[in-house]
Amino acid sequence: MHKVVAVEELAPKIKWMEVHASEIATKCRPGQFVMLVLGAKGERVPLTIAGFDRKKGTISFAFNEVGKTTKQLGLFKQGDSIENLLGPLGNPSEIGKFGNVLCIGGGVMIAPMHLQVQAFREAGNKVTTAIGARIKDLLFFEDKMKALSNKLYVATDDGSQGYQGLGFLNDVLETEKFDRCVAMGPVVMMKQVSEMTKPFGIPTIVTLTPIMVDGMGMCGCCRVNVGGQMKFACVDGPEFNGHLVDFEELVNRQRVFMPEERLSSLLWEKSGG
Amino acid sequence: MAEPLAEAKPKSKIRKESVPMPKQKPEVRRHNFNEVALGYTEEQALTEANRCLQCPQPKCVEGCPVEIDIPAFIKLLREKRFDEGIKKIKEKNSLPAICGRVCPQEDQCQKTCVMGKAGEPVSIGRLERFLADWEKQNNIQIAEKAPPTSKTVAVVGAGPAGLTAAAELVKLGHKVVIFEALHLPGGVLVYGIPEFRLPKRIVQNEADYVGKLGVDIRLSCLVGRTYTIPELLKNGYDAVFIGSGAGLPQFMGVPGENLGGIYSANEFLIRVNLMKSYDFPRYDTPIRIGKHVVVIGGGNVAMDSARSALRLGAEEVCIVYRRSREELPAREEEIANAEEEGIVCKFLAAPVRYIGDEKGWVKAMECICMELGQPDESGRRRPCRVEGSEFIMDVDTVIVAIGRTPNPIIQRTTEGLETTKWGTIVVKDESGKTSLEGVYAGGDIVTGEATVISAMGAGKKAARAIHEYLTKKSS
Repeated sequence: MHKVVAVEELAPKIKWMEVHASEIATKCRPGQFVMLVLGAKGERVPLTIAGFDRKKGTISFAFNEVGKTTKQLGLFKQGDSIENLLGPLGNPSEIGKFGNVLCIGGGVMIAPMHLQVQAFREAGNKVTTAIGARIKDLLFFEDKMKALSNKLYVATDDGSQGYQGLGFLNDVLETEKFDRCVAMGPVVMMKQVSEMTKPFGIPTIVTLTPIMVDGMGMCGCCRVNVGGQMKFACVDGPEFNGHLVDFEELVNRQRVFMPEERLSSLLWEKSGG
Repeated sequence: MAEPLAEAKPKSKIRKESVPMPKQKPEVRRHNFNEVALGYTEEQALTEANRCLQCPQPKCVEGCPVEIDIPAFIKLLREKRFDEGIKKIKEKNSLPAICGRVCPQEDQCQKTCVMGKAGEPVSIGRLERFLADWEKQNNIQIAEKAPPTSKTVAVVGAGPAGLTAAAELVKLGHKVVIFEALHLPGGVLVYGIPEFRLPKRIVQNEADYVGKLGVDIRLSCLVGRTYTIPELLKNGYDAVFIGSGAGLPQFMGVPGENLGGIYSANEFLIRVNLMKSYDFPRYDTPIRIGKHVVVIGGGNVAMDSARSALRLGAEEVCIVYRRSREELPAREEEIANAEEEGIVCKFLAAPVRYIGDEKGWVKAMECICMELGQPDESGRRRPCRVEGSEFIMDVDTVIVAIGRTPNPIIQRTTEGLETTKWGTIVVKDESGKTSLEGVYAGGDIVTGEATVISAMGAGKKAARAIHEYLTKKSS
């Protein structure tokens, strides 16, 4: 049983949750994820670790309340308990001293990205961060990221705050030389970032979140095509070379159960949660 | 054979055929997930038990990987001493309700049964199941335990190997903690073998029994990630048994394998069995099954996948296997069950590519015909492509059941643990001793994909070796 220590709304339908999980907190490193199950009929849902406190024995994650499980989780309050939490899963990020690092976080993944920014800074890198969301209201962590990074860019799809779209990145890449780029966010965003950094020859690491069932190397549902090779995001990743990932296939695979996911979410809402 | 048979009809001829297992009718069972084999009634069990000749030098025991005293338990059964009969089995086997259902008895105990020479062998597995199920409905007895030894053993994985090793070790007086990565105990018994072959309440019962023996089963704890093996040894465990099972699914590497609608058998079965997606949306995990399903492969996992697909509502299910019927690795009984239910087999064919629709979903499969050439290293005739024999099958769901490779997490996080080039853990001998002191391994992680009972046998032998190691260590 894992007690919820704190819940915070980062933006409409985006929540941050801190839970007690001392074993995971002792071990986890940036880039890893946990697998969560709610109740006896629940599905297994992977969530990227967005924070940890080894002393307190807690870990944190952020989630979008879009599916049944995340909507259900969104109702959890301080003191409630999560029955099953497995982790830390996946390989930790490669945090080294690369020099000038560009960190790009989009949507809910801005939350775990802040751990990377922090880690890259601690490792002695100069860090430029870019965060983005669909609209202004969905942006969060602007102050936090500003404090952690040497430089911060903000963008929204509709231009309601900061730059409109990712186009500005090209200018950034042309004016400054980066030794490494890491991107976490929607697949389309990571795809676009990878395409933009490629001509500049910047090693680009993306965090993939395909559908997973067990999350530890059994089901093969999270298989992704990286440079023509089949990789399993849960045991070989979740971070991969963005210049080699077949993003189109990934988008397609993420949509496989969309009708069922919608049905599940709808039925749950109809039943009154 | 000296004493008279207690319940047998007076000196009547012993029947050559075994009592058939009552089953759900094919046309009914193909639409539900309930258990297919219903189990013997008391009367049927007694009739079958009376076929046993009570050989003074029983061949059946030699065929049993966990060395159950088969004639002894059958004798107790036919004397209606059911409680003693199950106790006799449990001296050697802590999971009889499972073994009675899924062991390939035809290749083990029943293979050497004398009755099989002039008729059918005694249905030992069905009798074992009868006693195990009888016990569940009556009084479950907890086996006796040796006095505590003050030694602690960590067992990795609550599958057949781990549960067996843990039960043996706890009976020997050691403190045992099982670390199970999934949120339910049972390993392949719960995620792999379908409900209609092995009801999950049976697995839960058997795991509960291991818990009642005093084993602490910790769920959602992945060794290699939450704790590594070296950490367990440092944290006060005197020995470790690794029974982490078969892992990563294999794919063929043919174009289009990542299209929607193509599952590994592992994914398909985990969704259906562990996550109960056949009961979606009551259970949260979805599964999508089309009208035309093909299963690639010919083992028990392929049969389980095909029969599950049928129950999920597929119009037709076809098993595509690259060799011929004689080489099918699945159990004869499972092949027969599948065929009775209407599953068809396409032999001597293999997929060469998958074709997707505009939405990225599989819509067809191109296959090539095969013919059998010279025997390969496995002794089976090697399938060879017949050039120019390609043909197209319309399919909307594909389940790839061509085997698994070991999960790499433990090997990658345990320095000094010797592994083979296939990623399985190297053991010195039958004891399961690995290259690291105090670390033993058994089951699929050592042998590659094999049977439940062989994993249990390995767990049992390793438990004995660990006991010896711990005894020596403390003296």
